[in-house]
Amino acid sequence: MTPEPDAPAWRRLDKRMLAVTPLSGAVRLLPVAVVILLTGQGDAVARLWVPLGIALALVLAGVVRWRTTKYRITADRVELHTGWLRRQRRSVPRDRIRTVDLTAKLVHRVFGLSVVHVSAAAGSGSDSSGLDLDAVSKAEADWLRRELLDRPAPPAAEQAPAAEPPAARHTVELARLDWSWLRFAPLTFSSIAGIGAVFAAVYNLFDDLGVDPRDVPAVDDAADRLAAAPLWVGVGVLGALLLAAAVIGSLLLFAERWYDYRLTRETTTEGGALRVRRGLLTRRSLSVAEQRLRGAEVVEPLLLRAGRGAQTRALATGLSRDAQGGALQPPAPRAEAHRVAGAALRDHPARATLAPLRRHPRAALRRRLVRALGPAALLVAVAFAAGGHAAIPWLGPASLVLLPIALLLALDRYRNLGHEVTARYLVTRQGSVQRRTVALQRAGVIGWTFRQSVFQRRAGLVDVEAVTAAGAGGYPVVDVAAADGVALADAATPGLLTRFTVQPPTPHAAGRR
Amino acid sequence: MQWWRLRAALTTLVILAPQGIALLVLAGQPPGWLVATTLITLLAGLAYAVAVPPLLYRIHRWEVTPEAVYTLSGWLVREWRIAPISRVQTVDTEHGPLQQLLKLASVTVTTASARGPVTIRGLDEGAAAELARQLTETTQATPGDAT
Repeated sequence: MTPEPDAPAWRRLDKRMLAVTPLSGAVRLLPVAVVILLTGQGDAVARLWVPLGIALALVLAGVVRWRTTKYRITADRVELHTGWLRRQRRSVPRDRIRTVDLTAKLVHRVFGLSVVHVSAAAGSGSDSSGLDLDAVSKAEADWLRRELLDRPAPPAAEQAPAAEPPAARHTVELARLDWSWLRFAPLTFSSIAGIGAVFAAVYNLFDDLGVDPRDVPAVDDAADRLAAAPLWVGVGVLGALLLAAAVIGSLLLFAERWYDYRLTRETTTEGGALRVRRGLLTRRSLSVAEQRLRGAEVVEPLLLRAGRGAQTRALATGLSRDAQGGALQPPAPRAEAHRVAGAALRDHPARATLAPLRRHPRAALRRRLVRALGPAALLVAVAFAAGGHAAIPWLGPASLVLLPIALLLALDRYRNLGHEVTARYLVTRQGSVQRRTVALQRAGVIGWTFRQSVFQRRAGLVDVEAVTAAGAGGYPVVDVAAADGVALADAATPGLLTRFTVQPPTPHAAGRR
Repeated sequence: MQWWRLRAALTTLVILAPQGIALLVLAGQPPGWLVATTLITLLAGLAYAVAVPPLLYRIHRWEVTPEAVYTLSGWLVREWRIAPISRVQTVDTEHGPLQQLLKLASVTVTTASARGPVTIRGLDEGAAAELARQLTETTQATPGDAT
């Protein structure tokens, strides 16, 4: 570790982490300590030693962590050294940094700290590309965020966070939270998570108070009455309870996640960066360098679509792949979602996600029908056979319900198919249960995959997949007419497919990409 | 290509082996259905090994131009893959045990996307090495990977 002459000095995490690390550890270990304290053997003094020991160990661990972690930002790399017994050195080239994520949990916020997560593009698309700084002060995190997303930065500016010229940037607000969007919260899939959250919270509460719900006379009484009532009443009451829990849970989750949500664009000399800020207890801030933004996606799960809502997400490399990764907006009215997608892409929505789409051929409808009705018919047949076999006479007729559902799904799936190539974007839409409209930058397409099964060959259809580095890695255009598919790919990336479209192949030096 | 034929034969053998062993163990009076499935596996495997590899050989194509790498593969489901040279990140050459026996190699071209690797299977060893070298050179000449 010989220091280079002009390399910037190593920095440490914030001193306040000395308090935060033990505290957050203590919160997690508190139940254990309490249990030991209350139920342990021996006299009170001896029992006191255990939590004290734990506390001491936590403080020591915090000190060691703070002492052994250091990071620095050089002109072209971000380096992080961690670990005492098991040393780790991570280094990320600055020109590969795609997003910077700031997260501040409650404990961190009390101390004015923030965790910085830097994610970089990796060839294999693995998730471990990037590094965490847990944690630095808020001011420093903010400075890091701007510093890392503006590149290349003059080396002189790196040492002094305060010497940032404030006039060089300005911030434009693109969207902020409208509390009327709360009505979309129960319509998302997170409502299922909501049930879990509410139950866990209630259960924990009872558990902490040392109360078994069955001991409460009112609950006991209600359970008895339910057991005595006819089956459908029991099911109905339980269903209503679950529904209420789901609604409340999803509302709470929505509020926690999206409180004080704001989407801004910060313009700098190097271009801009989109920034999403949100969160009630845990503050999150996600920044995406605009030149790394590859497109936007408007997602409409079935329930949300029924409520005329939608959610916008950004397509960029380095965003986490879970449901919230890259979300630019909470579930919002559809028009608003499209507006935000357009605003994020600096384009009119009608030229991005709202572009009028080309329909797919009738043969695609036939394929949708076969693919939906086939399995449904098979299930019905199995149900009839099983019902006859096991003497459950209602099973067969009841399963007939599947057929109209499958039919509707197929029709809807066909109706939603669409694609178009606009000036800057390849727009495709598909799906019914989860309808996705994707506007992918044409410059971001780094390959194509055409797939054609035996049946598709007979119907003259082809699946086209635009391969990209961002988001899911590939965005399909399903069941497009074969000629249209090639024309589409050729239009989106001129020159790449000339080998297939022009006969005989002509050398095409110009217009690569 | 011989490689596919050999692979098909091996797969058939793997499926066939347990049934054959069972037949031997129950040498006295094997159940009728076991004999039937063994025969069917044998016939289907043979038919596949005879009919499909030439078909695959005829269908499979690949091409490398100064702009892009193209492949066409598949029998029931045909797949065309295209990766522009300017977006190529890594080039891997791979020899499996069977391929080593036949002096063949596969070349995999990876782009920045998790979904876009283009694999050219069953190339002659020398040609594969040459292709990999050539691809690496052209790739280094073109910067940027659109991530």
